[in-house]
Amino acid sequence: MAIGNMVGASVRRHEDPKLVSGAGTYVDDIKLPGMLYIGIARSPYAHARVTGLDTSGLDGQKGVVARITGEDVRKRQRAPLPISWIVPPDIKTPEHWAMATGVVRYIGEPVAAIAVEDRYAVEDALDMLNIDFDPLPVVTGVEEALKEGAPLVHEELGTNQAYKFSVATGNDLDEAFSNADVVVKQRLVNQRLAPVSIETRGIVAQYNKASNELTMWSSTQTPHLTKHHVAEMLGIPEHNVRVIAPDVGGGFGSKLNLLPEDFIVPYMAIVTGRPVKWIESRTENLMNTVHGRDMVDYIEIAAMSDGTITGLRANIYANLGAYCRFFAAGLPVLAGLMLPGNYKIPAFGVDIYTAYTNTLFIDAYRGAGRPEATYAIERTLDILADELGMDPAELRRKNFVKEEDWPFTSAAGLAYDSGNYVPTLDKALEMAGYMESRARQQEHNASNPRVRKGIGLAAYVEIAGWGPGQATKGLGVTNQLFGSATVRVDRSGTVEVLAGASGHGQGHTTSWAQIAADQLGIGHEQVKVYEGDTAMIQTGTGTFASRSVSVDGAGVHIAAQKVRDKVLRIAAHQLEVDPADLVLSNGMITVKGMPLSEDVVAAGKLQTPEAAEEPAPPRSVSFNDIAHSANTGHDLPPGEEPGLNETAFFDPVNFTYPFGVHIAEVDVDTETGETTITRYVAVDDCGNVINPMIVDGQVHGGVAQGVAQALWEEVVYDENGQLITGTLMDYAVPFSSDLPNIETGATITPSPVNPLGVKGVGEAGTIAATPVIVNAVVDALSGLGVRHIDMPLRPEKVWKAIHENG
Amino acid sequence: MKQKVSINVNGVQREDEVEPRTLLVHYIRETLGLTGTHIGCDTSQCGACTVHLDGTAVKSCTIFAVQADGSQVTTIEGIAGDSTEMHPMQTAFWEQHGLQCGYCTPGMIMSAASLLKDNPHPTEQEIRHGLEGNICRCTGYHNIVKAVRAAAGEEVNATSNRGEMMPTK
Repeated sequence: MAIGNMVGASVRRHEDPKLVSGAGTYVDDIKLPGMLYIGIARSPYAHARVTGLDTSGLDGQKGVVARITGEDVRKRQRAPLPISWIVPPDIKTPEHWAMATGVVRYIGEPVAAIAVEDRYAVEDALDMLNIDFDPLPVVTGVEEALKEGAPLVHEELGTNQAYKFSVATGNDLDEAFSNADVVVKQRLVNQRLAPVSIETRGIVAQYNKASNELTMWSSTQTPHLTKHHVAEMLGIPEHNVRVIAPDVGGGFGSKLNLLPEDFIVPYMAIVTGRPVKWIESRTENLMNTVHGRDMVDYIEIAAMSDGTITGLRANIYANLGAYCRFFAAGLPVLAGLMLPGNYKIPAFGVDIYTAYTNTLFIDAYRGAGRPEATYAIERTLDILADELGMDPAELRRKNFVKEEDWPFTSAAGLAYDSGNYVPTLDKALEMAGYMESRARQQEHNASNPRVRKGIGLAAYVEIAGWGPGQATKGLGVTNQLFGSATVRVDRSGTVEVLAGASGHGQGHTTSWAQIAADQLGIGHEQVKVYEGDTAMIQTGTGTFASRSVSVDGAGVHIAAQKVRDKVLRIAAHQLEVDPADLVLSNGMITVKGMPLSEDVVAAGKLQTPEAAEEPAPPRSVSFNDIAHSANTGHDLPPGEEPGLNETAFFDPVNFTYPFGVHIAEVDVDTETGETTITRYVAVDDCGNVINPMIVDGQVHGGVAQGVAQALWEEVVYDENGQLITGTLMDYAVPFSSDLPNIETGATITPSPVNPLGVKGVGEAGTIAATPVIVNAVVDALSGLGVRHIDMPLRPEKVWKAIHENG
Repeated sequence: MKQKVSINVNGVQREDEVEPRTLLVHYIRETLGLTGTHIGCDTSQCGACTVHLDGTAVKSCTIFAVQADGSQVTTIEGIAGDSTEMHPMQTAFWEQHGLQCGYCTPGMIMSAASLLKDNPHPTEQEIRHGLEGNICRCTGYHNIVKAVRAAAGEEVNATSNRGEMMPTK
């Protein structure tokens, strides 16, 4: 089916006038009469026994309305915090309750909570709590946690290992490696990161005791999943829980989860009988909202002297933190399954080991498993190219899956939806002026200058569009992932779209309007989009894993098609023609090629109250007139239901596999170790594009986060499990002066798995950028004997690498 | 012990009693109900709370309300003044897609407007340096820089080079 002219346009965003005016409504902007403020007392130890918890200091403290401890929570919480991805089936998971009882297992684990009348008095009251801890031995690193004799995070499991999972496919791996001309090996650290949405998490909860109804305003990416699990944890019927995600100030995966506060805050609303608000401080955010990554890869590639890859094997060690969170178990598996990347790998094997440690739980952060895979393969390919003396671009070209290889199933067994990698590489090379830059670089570095130039390149393919129901069930995902959309038209002809995604900066309000308007033949301004209210939206999955456009967006397209079909049926009846003979565009339904019979006009069937004085032009009727007919029940075809309101649930047949090639140029100062990005080119193929301006914006932001991982960001714990990076003074989120302009380009390879042909783009930049930057820095230093530096490439680390080798 | 403050906020003279420890940002948000000024960190890094104090951009989380006594404060709600139109910086952010989640945006716009007041025709590097006090996690700053350039009257290419759409199956 064709996509019309409304899709593919850089429409200015509908959501922006209020946001640039300070008129948005984020959770902290909500104020209810009698509202109390929640404070949470948290463990200052990474592993300790709680030996005393004395709350008597709060007695008589002005404004303190309620206090709860782990014992209260344990009595009231009906189900532990949910794990939504159980993989592999034999994974060992400890029960995760919202508050510690007896033992704390990470810095910041909740041990008590209070509800206080005044926001400032919360901090005063928290100081009145007297909690004693008896410290226990701590383990923070995944490889240490798996060693014999490591302190056990959960004694009842008898081990720190959550699971071991192996995949081996294709030719015999040992044979591939023993017959190879070249074998390269590398240990790669994918350091722990903090997502750092600029709005921290926050929850307002209100409980109606008489009706047993709970309303929760939450800064979440997944209102419907939150509703289900909060109901389950509180033992309230699910239909009595309403979750509203108002304007949400970024998430990057960190707000898709169910975390302790998702129980503690609504429970406090029940305990106090008053509305309550909890707003996370930035330190709580860095300490207690999920972290991402924290994997160590040992990767080996076997190749022939002409660059043909013959085998790839890897061991992945993934830190889960103190508990297994929502999607966490699946991320190392994804990191393993996506290792083959854009390449044909005849022999493939990966062993994945995961462990619990006394650190914050790891879970989805922008890319979630795919950046780790892409970094590992793309970094190692550069090492191979160096070993072979081959240009990195040509090594990739040689091993790419080619257009003629489709339908293609990767070495890890994933059937890629569509792809064509060579033109994307060529476009990136052309945009970057790669050949000329190489020549300039070589000339420049030949004189061994203080500031050396490097060029880095990486290709990526990711798995997005989560996702197909049966396939994700097979992978162990327990929640729904299908798309959901309602398109309804009211009597005046304005259109509402209710979608099951839950945007928090991605511009859904605009893109979905474009998709619906395109099918309805009206202007996008005539369409208003609603998301994020479980009482209003039929059902939903939320926004994460680059899934919204290819799943819920496709749902909007299908629901709008259903509305369009009904509009045409009603119009056909009124115009006495066949629906197939009608054209719907510019707000009018017109007959193609057939004259309108006079009796239709004479009977006044085209006339609506608004149009009574002016007879409608022959052979046409307006969209708004049909909306009026449908919503009054007037002049409908026999048997046609009144109303103009259609819903679609869309379950794609496969994931989507967006891909691209990014290239960066850097200057590395060998005396300071400082890296400056002088150029960044991103060519991404995310299939068809609804709004190019928004897609570019997604790429910019994604690249920024990937660059930040490569150069600056790292969550650091000391040997006692104490968090060193607990404020934005210590955790190095980039400033405007740190980042380059980003030149974007595209190739377009439509996806066959959804009617829009889209693939998704939310995580692409983050996935590509880390290997691009590290490859560029190592390339700059290659003449100095530097083969690899682990991220983040902060100046002192780069300086040391230069001087250790020099 | 509460103290009396008299602050002109967005052209309206306010008289309130505040605790001495009340931060200006909390006074603006909680006492006055002007929730367009946001809070994004505890340590004055993020700049989401930026307002104009007597015409200069300041982080309202670093100032006590009592310190603003007798001053004029402009927040995002008042930046357009009496005009029914948006402030040119607001329009530029909208047109150049200089925001995604919108949370840092009010503070970013306040800083950017102050930057152009001091330096009406900044270079790109001056813009990037001038906005160092404001963190955005969504945009990578690319379109924010474009928005400031546009607001400064520069011709900014708003088109994308993503190519033509292809037919779908």
